[in-house]
Amino acid sequence: MAKTQYYVPVGPIHPALKEPIRVEAMVEGERIVEVDVKRGFAHRGIEYMGMKRNAIQTLYLSERICGICSISHPYAFVIGTEKALGIEAPPRAQYIRTIIGELERIHSHILWLGVVAHEMGFDSLLFWTWKGREKLLDILELITGNRINYSVFMIGGVRRDIKESHVKALRDMINYYRIFTEEMKDVFLSDPVYKARTRGVAQLSKKMALELNVVGPVARAAGIRMDVRQDMPYDAYADIGVRAIVPQDIVGEARGDAYDITMVRLYEIDQSLDIIEYCLDEMPEGKLMAIPNYVALLAKIRRTEGEAIGAHEAPRGEVIHYFRYGNKRDGPLFWKVIAPSYNNINTWKPLLLGAEVADIPIVVAYIDPCMCCNDRLAVVRNEEGRIIDPEALHRKAVEKTERLKRDLGVRE
Amino acid sequence: MNPETLIYAFTFPLLGVFLGLVYKGIDRRFSARLTSRIGPPIRQPFWDVGKLLLKETVVPENAVAWIFNAMPVVSFAASMTLLLYIPFGVLKAPLEGYGDLIVILYLLTLQSLSMAIGGFASGSPFSSVGAQREMVLMMSYEMPLATVIVGFALVYKSFSLTTIASTPVWSIVGPLAAMGIVLLFIALLVVTPAELAKLPFDIAEAETEICEGMLAEYSGRNLALFYLSDAVRGFAMAALEVVLFFPFTLTGMLDLNLTGTGYYVVEALWFLFKVLVIYLLAITLVRTSFARFRIEQASRVFWVYVNIIALVGVALVWMGV
Repeated sequence: MAKTQYYVPVGPIHPALKEPIRVEAMVEGERIVEVDVKRGFAHRGIEYMGMKRNAIQTLYLSERICGICSISHPYAFVIGTEKALGIEAPPRAQYIRTIIGELERIHSHILWLGVVAHEMGFDSLLFWTWKGREKLLDILELITGNRINYSVFMIGGVRRDIKESHVKALRDMINYYRIFTEEMKDVFLSDPVYKARTRGVAQLSKKMALELNVVGPVARAAGIRMDVRQDMPYDAYADIGVRAIVPQDIVGEARGDAYDITMVRLYEIDQSLDIIEYCLDEMPEGKLMAIPNYVALLAKIRRTEGEAIGAHEAPRGEVIHYFRYGNKRDGPLFWKVIAPSYNNINTWKPLLLGAEVADIPIVVAYIDPCMCCNDRLAVVRNEEGRIIDPEALHRKAVEKTERLKRDLGVRE
Repeated sequence: MNPETLIYAFTFPLLGVFLGLVYKGIDRRFSARLTSRIGPPIRQPFWDVGKLLLKETVVPENAVAWIFNAMPVVSFAASMTLLLYIPFGVLKAPLEGYGDLIVILYLLTLQSLSMAIGGFASGSPFSSVGAQREMVLMMSYEMPLATVIVGFALVYKSFSLTTIASTPVWSIVGPLAAMGIVLLFIALLVVTPAELAKLPFDIAEAETEICEGMLAEYSGRNLALFYLSDAVRGFAMAALEVVLFFPFTLTGMLDLNLTGTGYYVVEALWFLFKVLVIYLLAITLVRTSFARFRIEQASRVFWVYVNIIALVGVALVWMGV
């Protein structure tokens, strides 16, 4: 008897997904035999908006690209712009940036641990980890004044200082998270059910990881020692000498499954705490901005000609911002953002094939996907090479709908 | 059938629905407290049912409508009938003598089965996957559940729940058989969350995987009926465990001299307390501290580990009796 095949659509709205994307799976019993990943449900045209504004406005716009990595994008932005302008942030500002970047990595990793626990129905762990994460958000609010979009970075420096009173709170926080991370390691790495659900699930070999061009913790879990902080050091990372964490360092071998990626993320929290501690100990004195006057800064940008790439190791992987300045504009002429999820989502199709329906949420969650990071600017040109204006695009869409209705025989 | 039985037959199901919803509320509140949340008020399940009853009942376009609409009623009826077979503390079950543990086993199965059939009839892919999972899970946990019942039949030489409830099992077995009964109790505790589709065995309703599975397409009155039968089933299952393993009366334990209404009230409260303890231990605590299994892992748990525990229990009981 032939087995019945079911078509299970996951998304664009589904409890396992927090943002819109669609995974269309053909299942035979519990086994997935055919899968298609469709993306492009989040449209905001943020790069296009950036090209219409000045560089400082675009910097704060870049913070809005992602809700969780609200430092990763500005970080890559300021590095790229500083390269293009040929300026360097003062040492103290560099250290403050590094501290905030690492604080964000810790809270993003804890958030991910909660999400992946929720995906397998372990809501108690979700509540526990997210409760533990609150302290970090409080610290970020103390330092920057905001919990989500910190608005603390500036081209050539930072806008707020870390004061003596903050240092004490930061050290308390480090002590708290040292203990909390050990507890999390105990729970996540030795819980039999968590192990049963993640061992061998979403298993990515080193060869496959290289072929799919994955980045960040996903690549590191597969045993590839890659990290922007290690390969292209910037700011305080250049002084520290960060070494990417791979499972070989921890347990001797890398299997590249969801369990390994949990391990990598947990140990990266420890590493981040070390980095913050180093920065607090070695924090240099000095000013916070290379060019404190915004008018002078914008004037310098207007005189700048050229292009640059800024890269930052976000919690999810490397974030790359490409810029072209010139033409007497005070903002980027061209701005291209490459977020880590863009590379990592490629792993879904090969990993879901042959997997079980129960593994879909884990495969989807283990790369820590961010759909709004993947939002892209699309310039539509007609046959003559002219950019099609919104009215023409709308007219074409209506025509296409009419044609489809006619073809399918649908009447109003 | 005398008038007394008729009164029982009407009041028991009503009381069962009320208690089932109250226990569901306590369960949600307790689970929230365990995970450092405040949780909803205990009367929340009543509001949920009320809201569902007011909402529109939608039948999917490609569903087999009559099966789709009939299954919630079957499930609710089965849970109501189930209540009539379970002795409420010192009160006898209204339908005692008309059935035994085997009937209870079938009534429990009927609810899961009606949910699965309703899921298949809805024509939704999520429901179909959920229903398939429910069938596999049912095949896995029915064997240990039946084994537990066989163990009791070995002790009492009868399948009748009234006979079993009349004398506590611990008072009539030797030490070896008592060990067997403890093993049977452990097996039944593991079966309970699966029977009630609660974590870690809520595989058929996995929210993040298949959007509540069999219930994905249900809404309004139909969903309210499933919600009610789920609440009643939770109470009934915990009550069954109390009747089988802890039928001790408070007056018997403390040598109290109570008569009349006082006796019934005290015993009823004592029974409700025992049920609550079992409910919180076997359902709430377990569902708060486990992740969801994959279906083949759950099957392995039942077919291998729980079955071994239950069979060893039955063997010990057989040797001890």
